[in-house]
Amino acid sequence: MPENLQDDKFIVFQLNHEEYGIPVQQVGSIERMQHITRVPRTYNFMKGVINLRGVVTPIIDLRTRFGLEELPYTDSTRMIIVRIEDIEIGIIVDAANDVIDISEDMIEPAPEVVGTVDVEYIRGVAKQGNRLLVLLNLSKVLTVKELNNLKAVEG
Amino acid sequence: MMELNQYLEVFIEESKEHLQTVNDSLLELENSPEDMTIVGEIFRSAHTLKGMAATMGYQDLANLTHKMENVLDAVRNNKVVVDSDMLDIVFESVDDLEAMVTDIAAGGSGERNVEVIVEKLKRIENGEKPAEVQQSGTAIKKQDQVKNQTVSAENMELTLNEFEQTVLQESTEQGFMNYQIDVKLDNNCLLKGARVFMVFEVIEDIGEVIKSIPPVEQLEEENFDTSFSVVVISKMDIEEIERRIMNVSEVESAHVSLVTNDTNQKPHSEASPLSEQELDKKESKAPEVASKSEKNESNTQTQKAATQSKTIRVNIERLDVLMNLFEELVIDRGRLEQISNDLEHSELQETVERMSRISGDLQTIILNMRMVPVEQVFNRFPRMVRQLTRDLQKKVNLQIIGAETELDRTVIDEIGDPLVHLIRNSLDHGIEMPEERVEKGKPEEGTLQLKAYHSGNHVFIEVTDDGGGINRKKVLKKAIENGVVTQEQSETMEDYQVAELIMASGFSTADKISDVSGRGVGLDVVKNTIESLGGSISIDSKQNEGTKFSIQLPLTLSIISVMLVEVQNEKYAVPLSSIIETAIVSKKDIMHAHNKLVMDFRGSVIPLVDLKSILEVPETLEEEEHYSVVIVRRGEKMAGLVVNSFIGQQEVVLKSLGNYLTNVFAISGATILGDGQVALILDTNALIK
Repeated sequence: MPENLQDDKFIVFQLNHEEYGIPVQQVGSIERMQHITRVPRTYNFMKGVINLRGVVTPIIDLRTRFGLEELPYTDSTRMIIVRIEDIEIGIIVDAANDVIDISEDMIEPAPEVVGTVDVEYIRGVAKQGNRLLVLLNLSKVLTVKELNNLKAVEG
Repeated sequence: MMELNQYLEVFIEESKEHLQTVNDSLLELENSPEDMTIVGEIFRSAHTLKGMAATMGYQDLANLTHKMENVLDAVRNNKVVVDSDMLDIVFESVDDLEAMVTDIAAGGSGERNVEVIVEKLKRIENGEKPAEVQQSGTAIKKQDQVKNQTVSAENMELTLNEFEQTVLQESTEQGFMNYQIDVKLDNNCLLKGARVFMVFEVIEDIGEVIKSIPPVEQLEEENFDTSFSVVVISKMDIEEIERRIMNVSEVESAHVSLVTNDTNQKPHSEASPLSEQELDKKESKAPEVASKSEKNESNTQTQKAATQSKTIRVNIERLDVLMNLFEELVIDRGRLEQISNDLEHSELQETVERMSRISGDLQTIILNMRMVPVEQVFNRFPRMVRQLTRDLQKKVNLQIIGAETELDRTVIDEIGDPLVHLIRNSLDHGIEMPEERVEKGKPEEGTLQLKAYHSGNHVFIEVTDDGGGINRKKVLKKAIENGVVTQEQSETMEDYQVAELIMASGFSTADKISDVSGRGVGLDVVKNTIESLGGSISIDSKQNEGTKFSIQLPLTLSIISVMLVEVQNEKYAVPLSSIIETAIVSKKDIMHAHNKLVMDFRGSVIPLVDLKSILEVPETLEEEEHYSVVIVRRGEKMAGLVVNSFIGQQEVVLKSLGNYLTNVFAISGATILGDGQVALILDTNALIK
């Protein structure tokens, strides 16, 4: 297979019957569900922390983050451990089972409304055959600013 | 070369120690100029330093130390009076010495132009008034320096400089013998450097090396043929020294001969009035000094042996790795303890208990290795305060409390600069001029207090002055001018908020800009640095009474003792350091006051904190007739934390929640329990109001 330099590998995961992608460079590992220790008085999508091979790692629920309906975790539920700048965090998704190559020219800017997710969290969409992949802007998803606002409210 | 490094590191460490001693003692001397034991102490440190520097071949260093020693000697003999101007010059030379040692530590040659200061020292020594010397410091006539005089030696042409000759002469006066040892190594010797090292080890056992030819560095780089010579002072006789050196393998021959150090043979001695004078002086006091300095000599030697055996320098990264590995071990230890308790196998339990004890000891050692007393940072301040107060023409008494408080090495390295800023700030902006203080009815001398102490899982460092305090009006005016706050905002601001403003960037409230505290950069940097260390800083100021800066620092990466408790079905860890005791309290003993739950604890009424509701723990258990209460304290205040059950005491590894979850309410960190689950560590300080 000829290597296209602009090709990027993306991890594909499912959330609410839609497919999302995050660049493979940002992904540390994909974990099965395990015991999560609740952290009190933070924001609602913060599920708590886990022991990830000796490192205490916070876990957020992407469904709650995007304001979707919370569902009980199943066998296919996964935690994707991502690294953005100096933050390491796990995100809970319905399933994660694919890696695909996407080249830069396949990515289109996000339309006004894509499924159920707020447009500011989206970097773009990629079409591959009949699959539509929503590429997430993770640092927006995790924006810490919001955390500070929340704290101020809880104060 | 390994050996060179080995010598060099010990040399640098010890030089620093000695310079610190000199610094401290000089400050003491300023307060009690009559105390000759202090002079003696300075003299001893300077003397050892001189010896070490000469051995290592740092001539400028040795030379300057020697001149300083002469001045101190004159003080001892009541020829020079101790006053601030004289001390200024001595301090100046200590600065130069420090600069040289720093240079050497940084891999430099330790060379430095010390002519000016040497000249000043000489002139004090010759009885000139230090104040005049200081003033006319620039007008220095170049003097021909006396160098490299030839001393008769048997086999090899051995040249000793002025300084080395003085050392030899002194040692003769103290009953040591001066030897030249010519060592020839076997022609087939492969590891010449190693043999040299062994020979030097033998020699250092029996005496002190004054000079070696070729110089030590060359010897260690194996940059010589097969023979070398050293000049040694020792009390041992020739045969014994020869026998000992011959014991080193691959030494073909060792020839020991007496060095005749007849000062009359010095060809240029007339050209140097200094050495003449020096000799006269030496002779006149020789009998009384001999016995005394002999004692000193033995003192310094034992001290040297002690410091050598205690300094093993380890890269801090290695300690980090060790610490990380040990943390893993502690987690597994917890797991093992749990398993053995579940199995109830007595032999297994015994073994696990033993292992726990040993790893407990190991843990103490590893943690202590990383801890250094804050003294390391503090001990540079007396000197700095002295200099600054002289520059500013203020009178300040510096008090240091809790210098023995230990802090993690990484924190120590970072905390120095912020403290310098704070101290400068207090001296410049805080403490008033003496006249102003008298007008206000305060003692003329201001007080600056530097205090360190442990509390809970934090170390506190406080910088307190009894100066003018923060002038609310002045600060606000400035802040409004600089557009930091608006007029309306300023009217409703609390005093502490105003105080915080001085840590905003671009702020200086001093009437005139001085070169001490600069232009108002600084305090914002202090704040940033401390916050980057995971700490916080607060200001407490009263107009005309003074200002207190409190720095709170976490005890980074550490293993702490906690009490594990259960709140409903969740486990939390409460640091043992903040617990007074635990109690089971019957529901009927709980009282209400101002709508809050309180209980009686040894005669005082303390508030109860219901962790379940504060931590929003989902309720799963039925309420019981008795409350389990952990009584915690924060300073003088106490509170009872209501939990569901006590699990027990345990050592845990403190882990942070990461960069995403910062500043979670009432949670100071997390830990991993024996079963692999995470438990949160409660910050009890946040729960006590």
